[in-house]
Amino acid sequence: MEVKTKTVENDEVVIKFVGDSGDGMQLIGTLLSETAAQVGNDIATFPDFPAEIRAPQNTVAGVSGFQVRFGSNKINTPGDFCDFLIAMNPASLKANLKWCKLGATIILNIDSFDEKSFAKAGYTKNPLDDNSLSKYNIIPVQMNKMSKDAVGHLNLDNKSIDKSKNIFALGMVYYLFSLPIEHTINFFEKKFKKKPEIVELNKTLLKEGFNYADTIEAVNAKIYVPPSKVEKAKYRNITGNVATAWGFLAAAERSGRPLFLGSYPITPATEILMELSKYKNLGAKVLQAEDEIAGICAAIGASFTGSLALTTTSGPGLSLKSEAIGLAVMTELPLVIVDVQRAGPSTGLPTKSEQSDLYQALWGRNGECPVIVISASSPSNCFYYAYMAAKYSLEHMTPVILLTEGYIGFGSQLFKIPRVADLPSINPPIAKPNDPNYKPYNRDERLVRQWAIPGTDGLRHRIGGLEKESGIGNVSIDPQNHELMVKYRAEKVEKVADFIPEQEVEGNAEGDLLVVSWGSTYGAVNAAVVEMQNAGKKVSHAHIHYIMPLPKNIHQLFSKFKKIVVCELNAGQLVNYFRMKEPDFKYEQHNKVQGLPFNTNELTEKFNKILAN
Amino acid sequence: MEENLTIERSNIPLKKDDFISDQMVKWCPGCGAHAILAAIENVFPKIGYRKENFLMVSGIGCSSRFPYYVNTYGFHGIHGRAHAIASGAKVANPRLSVWIATGDGDSMAIGGNHFIHIIRRNVDVNIMLFNNQIYGLTKGQYSPTTPMGTVTKTSPYGTIEHPFNPGELVIGSQGTFFARVPDNNIKLMSEAMMDAAKHDGTSVIEILQNCVIFADKTHDQITSRDLRDDHQIVLKHGEPMLFGTDKKKGIRLNGTRLEVVTLGENRITLDDILVHDQYEKDPGIHLMLCKMSLPEYPVAIGTIRSASFPTYDDLMTESIEYAKANSKIRCVDDLLNSGDVFEIK
Repeated sequence: MEVKTKTVENDEVVIKFVGDSGDGMQLIGTLLSETAAQVGNDIATFPDFPAEIRAPQNTVAGVSGFQVRFGSNKINTPGDFCDFLIAMNPASLKANLKWCKLGATIILNIDSFDEKSFAKAGYTKNPLDDNSLSKYNIIPVQMNKMSKDAVGHLNLDNKSIDKSKNIFALGMVYYLFSLPIEHTINFFEKKFKKKPEIVELNKTLLKEGFNYADTIEAVNAKIYVPPSKVEKAKYRNITGNVATAWGFLAAAERSGRPLFLGSYPITPATEILMELSKYKNLGAKVLQAEDEIAGICAAIGASFTGSLALTTTSGPGLSLKSEAIGLAVMTELPLVIVDVQRAGPSTGLPTKSEQSDLYQALWGRNGECPVIVISASSPSNCFYYAYMAAKYSLEHMTPVILLTEGYIGFGSQLFKIPRVADLPSINPPIAKPNDPNYKPYNRDERLVRQWAIPGTDGLRHRIGGLEKESGIGNVSIDPQNHELMVKYRAEKVEKVADFIPEQEVEGNAEGDLLVVSWGSTYGAVNAAVVEMQNAGKKVSHAHIHYIMPLPKNIHQLFSKFKKIVVCELNAGQLVNYFRMKEPDFKYEQHNKVQGLPFNTNELTEKFNKILAN
Repeated sequence: MEENLTIERSNIPLKKDDFISDQMVKWCPGCGAHAILAAIENVFPKIGYRKENFLMVSGIGCSSRFPYYVNTYGFHGIHGRAHAIASGAKVANPRLSVWIATGDGDSMAIGGNHFIHIIRRNVDVNIMLFNNQIYGLTKGQYSPTTPMGTVTKTSPYGTIEHPFNPGELVIGSQGTFFARVPDNNIKLMSEAMMDAAKHDGTSVIEILQNCVIFADKTHDQITSRDLRDDHQIVLKHGEPMLFGTDKKKGIRLNGTRLEVVTLGENRITLDDILVHDQYEKDPGIHLMLCKMSLPEYPVAIGTIRSASFPTYDDLMTESIEYAKANSKIRCVDDLLNSGDVFEIK
């Protein structure tokens, strides 16, 4: 067997596995990203899958993908276009060719290339024969046949072997990118501890794929991505939804308040519910409710009785929770509502990302009903923003809406492991037993009322959704009192600005153009800004995390730039919020509502246009 | 039937006064709710828990003003959601004795989903269902328990809807406790409340409540002084099911149906009469008792069902204790450093 001696060094690479849902693309994508992380590369991943669990086989509707980007430098996004595509059937090739860089290497499982599959994928003839792939480096591989040949001696049924051909493909990728197979073998040994024949099957296929890749003539060199220069520390790979769940666990521990989650399954937020359900060992109480409304109402009940109360959902669920958010605003109880946004309205595009729930988060309730709105911007910082959402909610006795997105929730990234003791302290204003001065709606200088937890001696009181008399807390229909309470509730939220960090700007603090963005778009927007800066343009970047209230320095920051452009994956919600909150400035906007992330090119093009005008 | 051991008991005897709030009671004069409030003020001191360990939760409607009128911790929620709020409160804090005040609109209509699910989960709370068969607070629209054909403001030609029988709904939701009491029998109501307090699990007490303004005398066929002896059967655990002014009538099981019989007629003796067993786990007879309606049957009153099944909150507590005792991960730092962690040097 010839051994490839040539190895080329690359700073980074984007690899995408695509196939039928059920072909195991998510699994091998995850395994690849974990191996890359283990050898010290920075990583970002994104799973791209259909809403259907198993759409008709070999159709474009049923294509499932997993993109992995790893590199030696800081990786902020899973990448726009891929260098390597591994396509398990014609439909997945058809759906993903547009995401390949020109000249990309495409490994095809040609055992799935037959007339029937072409027809199902919408090809009129074999794409290998019609020149449509001439601009790519195509490597046809008989994955089914080679898998079968490799494990013939194991006496396994065809179905098991067929299902494991993804592992053969993964083995090839490990070879081609100079990655070790040991981490994945350990995974199989752990996962299938009780099924040694399945461990053997997977090990064999991984090694066969690895060895086979060495013989491919179309690839004349292995690629090596050196370890990244990220800060020396302990790391792990984490998805945004898991990081969100863990941030709350940390906040519960640090605040001493037990964690309670009331939630109902909804894509793409369900993973937070599933994750928190695991941690009964840490005292987390999770109630999978009968509906979205019950989820939040149970959380409100738990909050009244002293818990760090949470509810997790996506846009349609947030709609259903609106009335109950108003109840939490009125009763001034701590509550964190997580909205992992997806493309709407209505059911929309459930598995696609969007930033179109901002208006709903800010204003989607009856009455004057302010809440804190915070947004995370990457899978790993979901941990931090979930923690801070809990902190502000508990300390300021107010609901907080934490916005993340499907793109962040499902995506994964390297996560530098913090120590809980190093996180900011959380001190909820709990009323003392038998405090003679306790009144339910007495406020401190931050306008925060005290939390009198049922069971505490001498603090019996009643609260609810009816307007309350300031201080005393009895039901009141007095007109002046209502206006005063409306004002207090609004000011209480505004005063949180005294506690949140100032807005940072990346690049010079003044210049020709300030690019403003929020949420999942950080990586793409920042890459575009850096590209502009490298080209000598006076462009800076402000990525917003605290939306309601805004950081106190926003006005000053904006005033230092000649032009401001707000980029977001909606029709222009943050930009209109700024037009209202900071009306002294003129705002340009760049929007995309396709259920897809920004790519760097469209952004630099837009920035250049704005600068030229 | 075990006393709840989680909830701390008061070390001094409590009185009615301990539970009377300083708020003016604003229900209409003659409203059945006043009787319910009086019963609660009698029962709470007798239950014996610390007064700080009672929590009263409600939804929206006339019934749901209840928390303001009892001096306990109280939470006045939003329409239909009392059961969800109370579930969270109890599960998060099992040291509380949680009571829910709700009505037929609140629990049978807008909150129907939460009603069936709190019962299915068997969360240890006590639900007082004020059933006046009408929407009172919105001034007289029909509810899911309004008898078919009733003329109301939204059914000027008579309703064309089949009403719910709350007891049937409770048992259909795998309910473990159901009692039905008229609002003009405070003694029986108090007994049912005490039974509910002793029962571990979701207890539903349907109170046949009169709305003097919008559905006056709606339960009169059952509750009026001159009819009640023949139209009610008061069930007592361990006693034969007899009713009528001279207790000559009774209920027997004939094949698969209940039947009203008269002692001394057709060779019927006391041995033929069913003996009430509220603790029977099989809900068959309990369901038939819930469904008994006029004119064929008397309406069953008292504690119909009180069957012992594990509660959601106990199972939650137990599973957390088990997980804590059997996991190597004891704090969030352990979790953060578990599994695939690697050091970049």
